[in-house]
Amino acid sequence: MSKFSKKRGASTPEISTASLPDIIFMLLFFFMVVTVMKESTLKVQVSVPNATELEKLERKSLVHHIYIGKPTAQYQQQYGTAPRMQLNDQFAVIDDIPLFLEQEKLKVNEKERDFLTTSLRVDKEATMGIVSDVKTKLRKSNQLKINYSARLRTGDL
Amino acid sequence: MAKKRREAPAINASSMADIAFLLLIFFLVTTTIDVDKGIRVKLPPWSDDEPDPLRLKTRNVFSVLVNANNELLVRGEPMEKADLRDKAKEFIMNPQGLEDLSESPINAIISLKNDRGTEYETYLTVYNELKAAYNEIWNEQSQLKFGKEYADLDFEAQKKIRAEVPLVISEAEPTDFGEE
Repeated sequence: MSKFSKKRGASTPEISTASLPDIIFMLLFFFMVVTVMKESTLKVQVSVPNATELEKLERKSLVHHIYIGKPTAQYQQQYGTAPRMQLNDQFAVIDDIPLFLEQEKLKVNEKERDFLTTSLRVDKEATMGIVSDVKTKLRKSNQLKINYSARLRTGDL
Repeated sequence: MAKKRREAPAINASSMADIAFLLLIFFLVTTTIDVDKGIRVKLPPWSDDEPDPLRLKTRNVFSVLVNANNELLVRGEPMEKADLRDKAKEFIMNPQGLEDLSESPINAIISLKNDRGTEYETYLTVYNELKAAYNEIWNEQSQLKFGKEYADLDFEAQKKIRAEVPLVISEAEPTDFGEE
């Protein structure tokens, strides 16, 4: 009769979820860009101390890290609980430092070798014995620019 | 017979969201908030010679000793870490011209000696306080001379201020009294 008839069996239209992945992809790309991959897995536990006179490490490509702390639980049987040093991915002893520094120097070109910085990530409970030995070795290898890693301290002493 | 009009079936896109969530969670988990700040230090060059017995006036040397119990002994007197910054500033600048403090900021030397058993946290706190003393002095000087914060000055101006109040923190070989 009438040309206009109600659609039969009209249900509420389904919410289209086709755009949901787009939103997720946007978030994903954001995180992919922001992520800084850890260069090495820590085999020692390092909880850096707090300090106020902090400076940002510029030029991360010119920074190499030395980690000092107690070995993590899975390595404690082998290596004990005294603080140890880790260079890149391996446990190391003081005498491995000059070779490590040479390898780092080879990664940068001549002009930038003077700007190489050693970042010392030392656990707050490590003792000064091993840290002093590392610093002496660095001085003997003429690696004088160092940076003691620390977090920002907010309260008073 | 009428051909059934085949509608192209709409691709169900809801599982794409699941895949994307998985990837997202992967990246959320692997993102490390790296600690990339710290106290910058320039070590003194190594020399095999023994340091010559320092012909320095005692008044120009601010000695800080830290033992294996993380206690401070500053110029022979025990001191708390919280007082170190102000005492160091007073020593370096010697505003009242006292006889037992430094002759002038150029002559002022801070000497730091630890024990092999001192905790790194204590060492870094002490070093931080000493560096903070110098930073505060440099800020005060830059406000006096240039009316700006030290960090806002250009390199040449900063060099000038550092030439008048040089940062001299001399670290000695650690003692071996306490347990390492």
